[in-house]
Amino acid sequence: MTVSPDAVEDLIEERKDVDTSDNEREIGKARTRKEDERLITGRTKWTDNIQLPGMVHLVMVRSPFAHATITNIDTSEAKTAPGVYAVLTGQDVADQQGSLPTAWPITPDQKAPPHPAIAVDRVAFSGEVVAVVAARTLAEARDAAELVDVDYDELPAALDLKEAADDTVLAHPDLGTNKSAFWQFDSATAETGGSVDEAIEAARADGIVIEREYRQQRLIPAFMEPRSTVVDPTGEQFVMWSATQVPHILRLMLSLTLGVPESKVRVIAPDVGGGFGGKLQVTPEEIITFLVARHLRKPAKWTETRSESLMAAHHGRDQWQRLTLAADKDGKVTALKVDLLADMGAYLGLVTPGVPILGAFMFNAIYKFPAYQFNCTNIFTNKTWTDAYRGAGRPEATYAIERLMDELAVEVGVDPLEIREMNWIKHEEFPFTSVCGLEYDSGNYEAATERAKELFDYDALRAEQKQRRESGDPVQLGLGVSTFTEMCGLAPSRVLGSLSYGAGGWEHASIRMLPTGKVEVVTGSSAHGQGHETAWSQIVADRLGVAFEDVEVLHGDTQISHKGLDTYGSRSLVVGGEAVIQAANKVIEKARPIAAHLLEASADDLEFQAGRFTVKGTDQGMALGEIALATFAAHNLPDGVEPSLDSDATFDPVNFSFPHGTHLCAVEVDTETGMTKVRSYVSVDDIGNIVNPLIVEGQIHGGIVQGIAQALWEEAVYDDQGTLVSGSFVDYTLPTSADTISFVTDNTVSPSTTNSLGAKGVGEAGCIASTPAVVNAVVDAVRHLGINDIRMPCTPERVWKAIQSAGYHSGETTAEAQEHFVEGEANQDQVGNDPSAAVTGEQS
Amino acid sequence: MIPTAFDYVAPTSLEDALSALAEAGDDAKVLGGGQSLLPVLRLRLNAPEKIVDLSRIDSLRGISDDGDTIVIGAMTTHDEVARSELVREHAAVLAEAASTVADPQIRHRGTLGGALVHADPAGDLGAPVLALDAELVVVGAGGERRIPAGEFFQDLFETAVGEGELLTAIRIPKHTGWGGAYEKFVRVSHQWSIVAVAAVTRDGEAKVALTNMGSTPLRASAVESAIADGASVKDAAAKAAEGTNPPSDLNGDSDYRAHLATVLTRRALARAMGG
Amino acid sequence: MPRISVKVDGVTYSDDVEPRTLLVHYLRETLGKVGTVIGCDTSNCGACTVHLDGRSVKSCNVLAVQADGREVTTIEGLATNGRLHPMQQAFHDCHALQCGFCTPGMIMQAVDLVTENPNASEAEIREGMEGNLCRCTGYHNIVKAVQQGASATASAAGGEQS
Repeated sequence: MTVSPDAVEDLIEERKDVDTSDNEREIGKARTRKEDERLITGRTKWTDNIQLPGMVHLVMVRSPFAHATITNIDTSEAKTAPGVYAVLTGQDVADQQGSLPTAWPITPDQKAPPHPAIAVDRVAFSGEVVAVVAARTLAEARDAAELVDVDYDELPAALDLKEAADDTVLAHPDLGTNKSAFWQFDSATAETGGSVDEAIEAARADGIVIEREYRQQRLIPAFMEPRSTVVDPTGEQFVMWSATQVPHILRLMLSLTLGVPESKVRVIAPDVGGGFGGKLQVTPEEIITFLVARHLRKPAKWTETRSESLMAAHHGRDQWQRLTLAADKDGKVTALKVDLLADMGAYLGLVTPGVPILGAFMFNAIYKFPAYQFNCTNIFTNKTWTDAYRGAGRPEATYAIERLMDELAVEVGVDPLEIREMNWIKHEEFPFTSVCGLEYDSGNYEAATERAKELFDYDALRAEQKQRRESGDPVQLGLGVSTFTEMCGLAPSRVLGSLSYGAGGWEHASIRMLPTGKVEVVTGSSAHGQGHETAWSQIVADRLGVAFEDVEVLHGDTQISHKGLDTYGSRSLVVGGEAVIQAANKVIEKARPIAAHLLEASADDLEFQAGRFTVKGTDQGMALGEIALATFAAHNLPDGVEPSLDSDATFDPVNFSFPHGTHLCAVEVDTETGMTKVRSYVSVDDIGNIVNPLIVEGQIHGGIVQGIAQALWEEAVYDDQGTLVSGSFVDYTLPTSADTISFVTDNTVSPSTTNSLGAKGVGEAGCIASTPAVVNAVVDAVRHLGINDIRMPCTPERVWKAIQSAGYHSGETTAEAQEHFVEGEANQDQVGNDPSAAVTGEQS
Repeated sequence: MIPTAFDYVAPTSLEDALSALAEAGDDAKVLGGGQSLLPVLRLRLNAPEKIVDLSRIDSLRGISDDGDTIVIGAMTTHDEVARSELVREHAAVLAEAASTVADPQIRHRGTLGGALVHADPAGDLGAPVLALDAELVVVGAGGERRIPAGEFFQDLFETAVGEGELLTAIRIPKHTGWGGAYEKFVRVSHQWSIVAVAAVTRDGEAKVALTNMGSTPLRASAVESAIADGASVKDAAAKAAEGTNPPSDLNGDSDYRAHLATVLTRRALARAMGG
Repeated sequence: MPRISVKVDGVTYSDDVEPRTLLVHYLRETLGKVGTVIGCDTSNCGACTVHLDGRSVKSCNVLAVQADGREVTTIEGLATNGRLHPMQQAFHDCHALQCGFCTPGMIMQAVDLVTENPNASEAEIREGMEGNLCRCTGYHNIVKAVQQGASATASAAGGEQS
């Protein structure tokens, strides 16, 4: 086919009749997802699906010991096994492998051990790689891995977080201490508030002081797609496919760690099956796969088993929180002091040290606290390294404060919602500068709470609770409240810089206008289940007035999307989405002089609406698609105008966004067995303006269940040898459909002012809010028995033991039950703190 | 995820299966439905040299009426047991227990005989078989033996099936008109039982067996005698943990399990009695 | 190596396999049917669910040699003549997937469930899907999708009969 100039003119003519008036209403539509077709038909591109000619398969040999010296590794038998190409140990690659990167030194004197991808002479956690086998088939690699003979001398292991803080046993003897860093925020020093010590002292004299210690158990992100990496050394370039959330960061870090020029590395994150922070990492296995491929000059693939994943992919949470809340007699909070011990595990990952710091600004939550102090000590132990897990820092903070507000309500003798209202920022007080110095730009806690109460039927449930208590029903009802906020949209590069983070927080987007009227959007924010392809299409369709179907979203390949900071921290829409808007705006501005020229009008007289430029006051106009084609043809452009509408934008927000919401949960606790069942759950989230309500709902549902899972089901448990006991899905108990319920979700809207979409981010909201809502409900169900805390996860055994230690016998009425305890006496904060590992999941 | 290499035979008759077993001796493993064995092999917790797959022996599959007994072929799946009208009518507790094993996919493959020979104390089929006073039919070179359920389970993962022998059928005396209930306690639904209780009852009589209260399924004899002596359900159930030695693990320590046994026994008895 | 003959998604294949080869590895590696995925090593997650002679099984828990002479349907064989199976359509319509890794197994189990029990209640659906783990959706929309898929499957079947 030949394309004559006339044909182009004809096409331009045809496009004039395209009706684009509907397209600008794309934002807010519950569009089903573009991504789904390949996912529901089995045509998905997972990394493990990749087969390349001559590709070798890798199996890692891992340490069974938590802490040991490697005295000898005999690889001779493995090397001669059938199909084996190579067996590499840490010694073999010691001069090439560098040390895995940490992007967040929170203090100048932060201590960190070197982190080799393959341990060289010492292992510091059970599951650390000590050798890698490369063979023709996976089965051969697996067989040969069993023939690698490693001799270890066991060393004492630092396992318990509190004990490790005493430095009696060192996780890394060369460091001389287990303390990695100490980080403090003090509102008096920062001049954002008063002195906590003075306020606490005053409250002790004449007010209320609540002191508690809460445990954030160790969790495992447990994304469904196991990690997988393929490296193809093609000539001068290395192509890495990896199941990662962060292809851009990974490329940069591979270059810095291995000394390979960044321009020689291409990283592709194909379809990625979930991450939740767990794939926000530069992993030893990625480095090792790269080294083996380079060594053999062959493509190499490594895919983990689930057992490997649970033991060696980074874990999350794991903190002890010591909290002191001071309030006046009426329940108005005067100060909060937070002392954290945070378990780093054996090494610092990409953002490990910063995870607790992300929570530092959130303990004050939605409340007006006049004084606040946060102290955090980061501790090494001989366990799997921790790092970001959905919410990263903010769930920990939210849990602590939302549990404390319930305790305060009990002290004052008012409803938990009332104590919150007494202390929260009123909607007319926005923008509000928090005691941490953050400016909350928008919010309406009253509206979200009112709506949630309505949907939940709060008062009727309270009445039922009273009735069950009075009749001594063996199944008690508990109601839990969580009025949370979070800081989202990581984020303002200057703020990250002030926190010593090693990179910025901007995001990049490009828009390419194709001559056929189709639009390609390139985003630096690479999705792994969030639905960017759909949401970004809606944004662009809306802004440019093109059809939703005509927009194609490209991401996840550093050769296509050359610039980006990837997906985590609920940042994609508020930072990456805004970059897309800004790129679209540039397209429009580039099209304007061309449209003016073609319409023989002044650029100032043109209006752009619903995908068309029209001359004000006339019906003369041109659709963007026409202009795109005319620009491509470039036959008739104004002088000095480049023949391209393609545009780039990099957006760096000036502030975080602050989603908030009110979650209400009702649980039934079987006092005979301790079993908790979630009966109903209502969430009303204010995440600002919504691009796609279907996707938003999905994020909330999934987040709620992950948060409930922390409250009730999940814990990574080590034995006293430092072996992960919950090392498979048999023991790391993810909830199933049969354990969960359907939720009632709704939204209120107070738009964010930091981006033109007015969006705030939703990826972590459900997970942050639901954990305290559920635990508050569980405690509320048994509060009348004299119980004021149950440690997470609130397993049936822990709940039952708490009830036992309160002296309650199932079936007793409230009045009978209360004969068993003197108020305060059974008030043990540490129910479930039994040192027996089998009981509590803590190694003693 | 990949087992060590093994040889594989899938005999089509019991005789061939026995000779394959005899030939391989110690190094062979019998594959029933494979739902417990394959995970073990994948994790390389066991590395047999030979697998004898019984799935192609038709005579080992199916449920039949044999007068006052129902006979369930060892290779009958959990799903088939759970749906069988015969089992539901004459051994309701077994049908219920079979319907709680793992999840639907596992129940489509896993077999009653396989689960009993695997003898995981947390498995759900041992207790109902024990409570129903079943006989287990074992065939070897020396012919057929019938082993009472009470003698079948010997220890953790250990049964009375000898080397070179195969469990071929489970014979269950009909408990027509008896009530039955299986009360299973788990934290999340796809777990192995933390504790479970099988109860079979009729007027003034109860047969009760416990899952995961020791290294084998156990008869709760103290409960049974208490019921026989006219004790209330509540009082009888309070004796459920007598003589047991429950394990301690992530899901609960032995005290908690002992307590659960009493609660679940009370509930199972009450439900079996139609209350 | 034993030789097996298996019909997968309508095509009969004949291959030599090592006895230790799992059905899921045979599907993925020998046949290139990578739509069926592996999510765990203990048969908990259900991501590898396929139909073997019409019933759902976890293909990591079946040896390829055990499938000799039998018929397997995977997620890739569910759509007919380019038309999505009603259950696939329902998962799309109800936003019952996010990352999509559990989805093939989820859909295969859902099809089995509604074939067995076309009028399953929410509780029965939740019980019937207990062998399939999802980390993204919180199951809420999966349950909705199975409900929609059940009625769509039933009316599609009804339509054929009349």
